[in-house]
Amino acid sequence: MYSKKVMERFQNPRNAGTLQGANAVGQVGNATCGDIMKMYLKINDNGIVEDAKFRTFGCCAAIASTDIACDLIKGKTIEDALKISNKDVVDMLGELPPHKIHCSVLAEESIRAAIEDYYKRLEKASKDALKKTRKKPTK
Amino acid sequence: MERRIYLDNASTTFVSSEVLEEMMPCFNVIYGNAGSLHSYGREAMAVVDKARDRIKTAINASKANEIYFTSGGTESDDWAILGVAHANADKGKHIITSQIEHHAVLNACHQLEKEGFEITYLPVNKHGLVDLAELLHAIRKDTILISIMAVNNEVGTIQNVKAIAKIAHGYDILFHTDAVQAVGVMSIDVQDMDIDLLSMSSHKLHGPKGVGALYVRNGVKIDPILFGGINQERGKRAGTENVPAIAGFGKAVEIAVKNHIINNKKFKTIREYFLEKLEEKVDHYQVNGHPHQKANSILNVSFYGIEGESVLMLLDLAGICVSTSSACTSKSLLPSHVLQAMGVADDVAQGAVRFSFGTNTSKSDVDYVIDELVKVIAKLRAISPIQAGRV
Repeated sequence: MYSKKVMERFQNPRNAGTLQGANAVGQVGNATCGDIMKMYLKINDNGIVEDAKFRTFGCCAAIASTDIACDLIKGKTIEDALKISNKDVVDMLGELPPHKIHCSVLAEESIRAAIEDYYKRLEKASKDALKKTRKKPTK
Repeated sequence: MERRIYLDNASTTFVSSEVLEEMMPCFNVIYGNAGSLHSYGREAMAVVDKARDRIKTAINASKANEIYFTSGGTESDDWAILGVAHANADKGKHIITSQIEHHAVLNACHQLEKEGFEITYLPVNKHGLVDLAELLHAIRKDTILISIMAVNNEVGTIQNVKAIAKIAHGYDILFHTDAVQAVGVMSIDVQDMDIDLLSMSSHKLHGPKGVGALYVRNGVKIDPILFGGINQERGKRAGTENVPAIAGFGKAVEIAVKNHIINNKKFKTIREYFLEKLEEKVDHYQVNGHPHQKANSILNVSFYGIEGESVLMLLDLAGICVSTSSACTSKSLLPSHVLQAMGVADDVAQGAVRFSFGTNTSKSDVDYVIDELVKVIAKLRAISPIQAGRV
């Protein structure tokens, strides 16, 4: 049912675990469909994904898809990372059974969720920075 | 892969040597069409009759002609539901079943809904048991059939079949039970239990695949669902009798019923040993099913924080064959409908694994399975975003 590549990544994922110093974390999926994926990214000041790790609750396809997704975005700019689609994940895995394609879709969504989180953090950081510059009103 | 351990006996079993021996001559010696009038045909019919008689005895039917051979459990269930509904539609169009039935029953009911029948799907309690008060509450004037399985295939819970049959007959309603997982697990006496229709399958009890039977008490109105021949199975079930499979099925049922007490003792010992080891070596899990009213051959466990299919696949790599909920739904993405009906939370239901023992399962097999299970669980929990301890 699963390709060799899926089984290889499922058995020995290269990017599993939590990332120390991650500044972008996104979670997608739910227990009803059976998959929850959490993506951790470290994005540097130049907007390049330096490192990526994942934690996944789910089937072989879900685990393999997130592991591949991490590989795909490492070294990419945010802009390029956002261009990664579920098809890229499937291509890297060789193939996925039709009823498991949604795992690759979730992997794509987990990248977007993490980047969204990164922007939210940036926004908050700039707001905080702005607040600090605000002068106390003189009486 | 050196060692292989098969703990998926609720999905299917190997054909035993006695059964195989019974079948072999039917392929090339007694190969006549059981419907033929000549000697080859009569010999084949004699084999079919012998099997019918064995099954009649095994479930204590009053007459052998109450046993109809089918292509298996699914056809038996579909036929019982659709056949009774169509033949009795003049009396009413309401049927009661449960939420935890096999899809063979559920999908036949869904088909009837399209035809204008109304179906009540009874809920179950947390142990998977149908509440008799709920059943009484659901009965209507136009209820024509109650269909409740004897033993659940996913969690092994045994229903109060005799009491349900009694309630049904108190209201002049027919009672069908899917006993596919029950034969050889519990003693079945269709007369004592007052059962009108009972579905059986061969391959769950060391018989061949592709054959089963439906017991239909004489006097019960049932329409055929297969149209073709008019002579086979007294005009009720068209199709040339699968003589080798029927011969094997008859033998398998005879053996399973004869050995059911001793087999149950074996299953009970293995199940208790498995649970003991599990408690000793694994944290954060729950056993799904009924604490007492259960088939000892089935053990359904949810491991918190991880998903069943990945447990299955890693165990498979270690040579251990198990299943998540049931083999029939292993390609489905939704949590088991049985566990959902029992009120098990989605993430816990997704972590369910079914171990179903065989008569040849040994304690040393269990030791090996537990050791591998410990490794698999640790590996998957290490990469899961759900913390098992917090479930």
